[in-house]
Amino acid sequence: MQRHDRGTAVSRLIQAGFLVGLVLIWYLAATRWGVNRLLLPNPVAVYSDLLDILLSGEFVEDLQTTLGELAAAFAISATGGLALGYLISRSRYWIDVLEPLFAAVYAIPIILFLPLFVLFFGLGPASKIALGATISFFPIVINTIAGFGHVDRLLVTAARSMGASDYHLFRYVLLPAASPVILTGLRMGFTTALLSIIGSETLASLAGLGHRIVHLAEAMEMARMFAYIVFVIAIAVTLNAIVSALEARGKRN
Amino acid sequence: MVAASNRRSTLGTLVRRPWLARLLVIAALFVLWEVVARWLVDPLFLSPPSRVIASLDTVFTTRGVPAALQLTLFELMIAFALAVALGLVLGLAIGLQPLVRRSFFPIVLLLYGMPQVTILPLFILFFGIGAASKIAFGVTHGVFPIIVTVVAGVQNLKPILLTSARSMGASRWQIFRYVIFPHMVPSFFAGMRLGMSGVLLGVLLAELYVSIAGIGYFTTLFTQNFDPTKLLGLIGVLAAMAIALNALVRRAEIHFARWRS
Repeated sequence: MQRHDRGTAVSRLIQAGFLVGLVLIWYLAATRWGVNRLLLPNPVAVYSDLLDILLSGEFVEDLQTTLGELAAAFAISATGGLALGYLISRSRYWIDVLEPLFAAVYAIPIILFLPLFVLFFGLGPASKIALGATISFFPIVINTIAGFGHVDRLLVTAARSMGASDYHLFRYVLLPAASPVILTGLRMGFTTALLSIIGSETLASLAGLGHRIVHLAEAMEMARMFAYIVFVIAIAVTLNAIVSALEARGKRN
Repeated sequence: MVAASNRRSTLGTLVRRPWLARLLVIAALFVLWEVVARWLVDPLFLSPPSRVIASLDTVFTTRGVPAALQLTLFELMIAFALAVALGLVLGLAIGLQPLVRRSFFPIVLLLYGMPQVTILPLFILFFGIGAASKIAFGVTHGVFPIIVTVVAGVQNLKPILLTSARSMGASRWQIFRYVIFPHMVPSFFAGMRLGMSGVLLGVLLAELYVSIAGIGYFTTLFTQNFDPTKLLGLIGVLAAMAIALNALVRRAEIHFARWRS
């Protein structure tokens, strides 16, 4: 036990050393070794820009755009994926027919269709919402089918023979049995929606956090761009942590 | 009477075959697309599939498109090869030593969970708009799932196998070839499949981002010219490429995981 604790302490130390070393190398590369400032800005400048972004609140508008698109896309894909997944899972036959089809489409990088979405919906938020909803629909519908479709038959028969109504069967048998897999699907859908929205903002857009980073890259404002990258990564990691925590909590109940 | 019921049951069994019904669903979707594109939507925005397929050759005869497609395929294959090699080496280096694993695996997982698309502009600045940036971005997308599955595969190895191989005088290479490698084959190929999806995503993101050369130039051009026939043709070819590469890796996975069952 004690030995294990010491091992953990050593690896924490190594991790901290690794990260400190990385920042140190970055600092030295930017200040001493003459790496071009347009490729690698000074970390101190990045830090002060990050503080400036946070304190001045200039990030609020872009963050609102991105989060608004994310909320709309996830609402659409979650509703559609859950409803369609449940309907399909009611029949063994439709599971056999449609599940491989969804899995096949899921394997295609749907980001390829972004130019089409831009053609249909323009450069504004609508094309980001449509693409995010499409991409995140697939993990949700696949997991919903898997969750509802593979509930133990014995449980359903037992509940029926004890006189459970459709509602009772759904509420007390199907839903609890299926929810762990479905929650995983919702979490995956949320993560992919976030990724594809930031991605499509980076590729073709007028506003949002991804657009801001590209804009700064084109203006060669490297320190501020790095600061925004740090900010976006922090937002993404926080959102993913929240969703994972919600998933774990939902599974415990 | 008997004949009629017989016929109905043949039809019934035909539709009851899932793969046939699947084909029918796909066919119905294409018919729907054809009808919508032909009569309901402005032809500036959507072309019917019949026209897209019939004029697929005009996509290939557009100057520069074949070269761009070839280059994308080349980038995908180089990026995948690099991601597999790098993922294997890093995965073994991290997975085989408990202390190294405990220290660096969390860092790998942290990096894996980051939205890499935020640093796409950086890749273009560092590596230019040519093939290098696309290969590099594909590698960083593909390498993490491979590292993670290699580490997981090595962890499943029973220590007694290593000890007994060593006590029988096996060399490092022999241990790797005959003990470690066969045991991580299933998870390794699962990792390769995930790595391939990552590489496809990374390379295609970078291709679409650079709009003054390659695939990204042509998708932008066709979009701005309101030429959905060519746009759909080009996207269709790329999607076919992605499906073929995915299928190839999946085949390899099934083939190499066979000895287990």
